[in-house]
Amino acid sequence: MQLYLPIAEVSVNAFLILGIGGIVGFLSGMFGVGGGFLITPLLFFIGVPPAVAVATGANQVVASSVSGVLAQLKRKGVDFAMGTVLLVGGMIGSAIGVWVFALMTRLGQIDLFVQLSYVIFLGLIGGMMFQESLRSLLRARKPGGAPIRRAHVHSWVHGLPFKMKFRASGLYISVIPPALIGVAVGFLSAIMGVGGGFILVPAMIYLLGMPTKVVIGTSLFQIIFVTGFTTVMHAVNSQSVDMMLALLLILGGVIGAQIGTRVGVRLKAEQLRILLSLLVLAVSLRIAVDLLVKPSELYSVAGMLP
Amino acid sequence: MIRALALLLALALPAAAQEVIVAGMSQNRVSITADFDGSEILIYGAVKRDAPPPSGGPLEVIVTVEGPSTPVAVRRKDRVAGIWINNASVHIDSAPSFYAVATTGPLDHILSDIDNLRYGITIERMIRAIGIADEADQAGEFVLALLRVRTNEGRYRVLEGKVELTEDTLFRTDVVLPANLTEGEYKVRLFLLRDKRVIASQERVIGVRKEGLERFIFNLAQQQPLIYGLLSLAMAAFAGWGASAAFRLIRT
Repeated sequence: MQLYLPIAEVSVNAFLILGIGGIVGFLSGMFGVGGGFLITPLLFFIGVPPAVAVATGANQVVASSVSGVLAQLKRKGVDFAMGTVLLVGGMIGSAIGVWVFALMTRLGQIDLFVQLSYVIFLGLIGGMMFQESLRSLLRARKPGGAPIRRAHVHSWVHGLPFKMKFRASGLYISVIPPALIGVAVGFLSAIMGVGGGFILVPAMIYLLGMPTKVVIGTSLFQIIFVTGFTTVMHAVNSQSVDMMLALLLILGGVIGAQIGTRVGVRLKAEQLRILLSLLVLAVSLRIAVDLLVKPSELYSVAGMLP
Repeated sequence: MIRALALLLALALPAAAQEVIVAGMSQNRVSITADFDGSEILIYGAVKRDAPPPSGGPLEVIVTVEGPSTPVAVRRKDRVAGIWINNASVHIDSAPSFYAVATTGPLDHILSDIDNLRYGITIERMIRAIGIADEADQAGEFVLALLRVRTNEGRYRVLEGKVELTEDTLFRTDVVLPANLTEGEYKVRLFLLRDKRVIASQERVIGVRKEGLERFIFNLAQQQPLIYGLLSLAMAAFAGWGASAAFRLIRT
């Protein structure tokens, strides 16, 4: 069934979009990530203009994060104080990101900018995650090799001013590092159309030292607001949110996510992390190839408002 | 101005008075609705004469369909530091978003350069690219690239020999409008030619508009962007909540 998208101004197969939403939802349910980093490139590949793909991707992440955070609230897995600090940073980062996005669009470099961000960030995070999970998988195989984990590692992070108590996380640290992490994630959300969970989760564990049980809930809490803010900013600045496209992606996504969650509980945590890191690396490589191989058509045409 | 002068000249020619186009179209408006997947328009007509057909070359017909024009930027990728990035760009003042030329025969056999210039019939004539030579080396390449890219997208079409002409009187042609259509007024022009000269012409308009839900969403996004953004947000939040509630119901 062909469907004409009113904002993207292209005609697409509705079942293809539902399928993309479903597959990404399945993966996000399985791995506990928003899935924006998959949706946006997939939309590029089927011919949705990059600006619309990024803005609509952000809108889709809102839906999957709301669904996820509701489940985490029941388990008391959300640190609201930490979430709020991340959020304030996130809003600032998102506003900067939307501004840079508009600037790059004017300069004609938005495609490159978005693609490079994908290659660099997905490549880095995927590589780190792969290395880390491979190591812990090997360690788990060795008999009696349970890793020693210290509850608190004191580093330069603990010497900064503006300290604040984060009860749910059991932390007493400066608000500067979480606020800066928030800015970075908000920025990426605006230019990549992602929630930023794939950066936020490792940052909270390794940089802030938060306990794993509150990490996913807090990350989802912050992602809802940052992607929500990004969606509205893009809608106001560039009118590039396609509601019809978002609705189809969300519909496929929420169904896929529920199935993915079931499958996810049957797999081991290390296996899940290795699979996720391979997926992230594959997306990064696929986009890198596009940048490195000589394109078949060197010229591109962009319509402009008179 | 030039076109008006040309029309005046054409009217002054004795041949113009003898053969006139009577034209019709299968539809004069196209609605882009949710299930819009392109549209086919039948353009037909007849040649009305007061006298027997004049001697001379055979009668030829050209039909053009022209979508709204906008300025465009054409960019060229170059290899910089190992990666392919948009490097040089050229600003073209005006290029139609859609253009189809259907004819009874090969264009260079039935149309003279002078009349092509005068009436602006081929696609190349419709692209206004003045002063681009200063913007980049080989600026002409950018115009060729624009033609190539839009031809590949199905936006520009040359349909030589696709106008059927019966007994030098009745003619018809089908023009397919693609699914990735821009809104606006589409100008249809019909030309009668003899000996490579235009002897009569006529214009019609097809209105292309988004309708129904498409119209509503598009207008809201353009006119009330804040409300539209908040509405998209509310929809996403509701869908997320609905999904988790629905599946909890199924599970219990």
